[in-house]
Amino acid sequence: MAPGGNRRTPWLFLSPALFLLLAFFVWPTLQTMWWSLHGGTGLVPTEYVGLENYTRLLTGDRLFLRLDRWPPSGALVNTVLWLVLFPALTTTLGMLIAVLADGVRYEKTVKAIIFLPMVISATAASVIFRFVYSPDPTIGAANAALTSLIPGFEPVPWLGRGSVVNFAIIAAAVWIWCGLAMTVFSAAYKSLNQEVLEAARVDGAGPWQTFWRISLPMLARPVTFIVIAMLINALKMLDLVLVMTAGGPRGASRIIGFSVYWEVFNNSRAGYGSAIAILMLLLLIPVILIQIHRIRVEER
Amino acid sequence: MRTAAAYPLRSPARIAGRVLAHGILVLLGLVWLVPSLGLFVTSWRSPSDIAASGWWNALVEWRYTLANYGEVLSARGFANNFLNSLIITVPSTLFPIAVGALAGYALAWMRFRGRDFIYLGVMALLVVPLQLTWVPVLRLFNTFGLTGTFAGIWLVHTAFGLPFAVFLLRNFIAELPGAFIESARVDGASELMIFSRIVLPLSLPALASLAIFQFVWVWNDLMNALIFLQIRDKYPLTAAIQSLLGQFGSEWHLLAAGSFVAMSVPLLVFFALQRYFVRGITVGGVKG
Repeated sequence: MAPGGNRRTPWLFLSPALFLLLAFFVWPTLQTMWWSLHGGTGLVPTEYVGLENYTRLLTGDRLFLRLDRWPPSGALVNTVLWLVLFPALTTTLGMLIAVLADGVRYEKTVKAIIFLPMVISATAASVIFRFVYSPDPTIGAANAALTSLIPGFEPVPWLGRGSVVNFAIIAAAVWIWCGLAMTVFSAAYKSLNQEVLEAARVDGAGPWQTFWRISLPMLARPVTFIVIAMLINALKMLDLVLVMTAGGPRGASRIIGFSVYWEVFNNSRAGYGSAIAILMLLLLIPVILIQIHRIRVEER
Repeated sequence: MRTAAAYPLRSPARIAGRVLAHGILVLLGLVWLVPSLGLFVTSWRSPSDIAASGWWNALVEWRYTLANYGEVLSARGFANNFLNSLIITVPSTLFPIAVGALAGYALAWMRFRGRDFIYLGVMALLVVPLQLTWVPVLRLFNTFGLTGTFAGIWLVHTAFGLPFAVFLLRNFIAELPGAFIESARVDGASELMIFSRIVLPLSLPALASLAIFQFVWVWNDLMNALIFLQIRDKYPLTAAIQSLLGQFGSEWHLLAAGSFVAMSVPLLVFFALQRYFVRGITVGGVKG
């Protein structure tokens, strides 16, 4: 018998997966592309409008993109803020904890504490942080700590003020996802070539130098992996924003992944929401290509 | 013991460095712990106590009650939502593993045209956001009467979990010793037999990691439940918490207790199976 059974066998094994992937990913994506060219209300967009949704998104929707005053605002601008801050913070903090905790007596405990938020739902995490951020200093730990530490500090409505709300939600997201970065970095750090590190030590390099000159360059792959994963995460982010602020106050915390959902399911504009989803896909295409490239290289 | 202990400890600069390192670690540990701790303590305090003083006071004046959990489970129906979460999660964990293992074996050990293309396609789907698929899938579900049914949400989670399942299982199965599979083929065993008697048993560690990921992911899912179930009676815990927030934004005693009811299961899974968790992350990469 030919290796792999007869010619139909592979397809029998693959058919359930292929059917589901086609029905739930490929075909819906194509439909979303088509509907992004339609207007009207409800789940079934009716009239064909061409690229009108896209031109309105980029020029006529202040909650999506507003460039006519400084600082620029809107969901797309907030998304850029997320794309910069979220991967930077999770990667830096994750690496810091992975390296500092390596070999200390309470390593397991501290790593478990940092990882725990990864396990709970974004919904529960949102409740936790709505509580932390409560403007009432007898409820919210953030305001309580700041009012007791800084004399004359006025409690801040972290989730109710447009200028701080995005930073407050990003902080919560970092709290959730840092554990992933830490776990990956910690495993990679422990598997570094000990002889190289030992040689550096013998040559008189301090811990600081050893990390920047030797360890970090050897950790380039896991770092790239985590940065890419966090970029994707930031682009898809939705439930945290939905439960913490529902995009508010006055749309100030909207991001692209949230806007898709909100336009479709809250404002009943499926065509308009589909156009935002396609913009999401366009932003992700470079990442998809990098992903495929990386896998191709690894397979060799 | 590398960063700290590998270096001479005597010099004052090194000692200061170590103190600083421990200080940073402890501080970060506290920052990570305090938010959950606050809500946890609150879940055991009466509404009047919550309104009167901050939760940190309860660490000194021990006055706790079980009443919040009773109220949220019975009067607010969270017991029912808990059951729904289980009904949704268990099949939604098993189906994608079965479907993904079949596909993973074919992609790893069978030779056929288009194999690499399919594998790369699955990799690309790992990145595709669900936001792209919701409207068309929901329309499809409306047509076939699947909206608001458990069968519908099982299908959704099976499909949405598949790219990761195929990715993880294919990579694991590809590393299995080929001698077993080849010699079984020479002996005339059918592919289905090889799959069920050799590949599945050898893949148990990967299946376990995947099961844990998928279980936690589905248990914690909010968006698919909101979009495809739509009916409060069928909501899992996440969606129940969200509607509790909508109605009673400041009923902290119920929100706190309800959140910890929802968190209890994934936390239990994590503490019981931490090893598989970490292995799955470091081997398989990330789902998202």
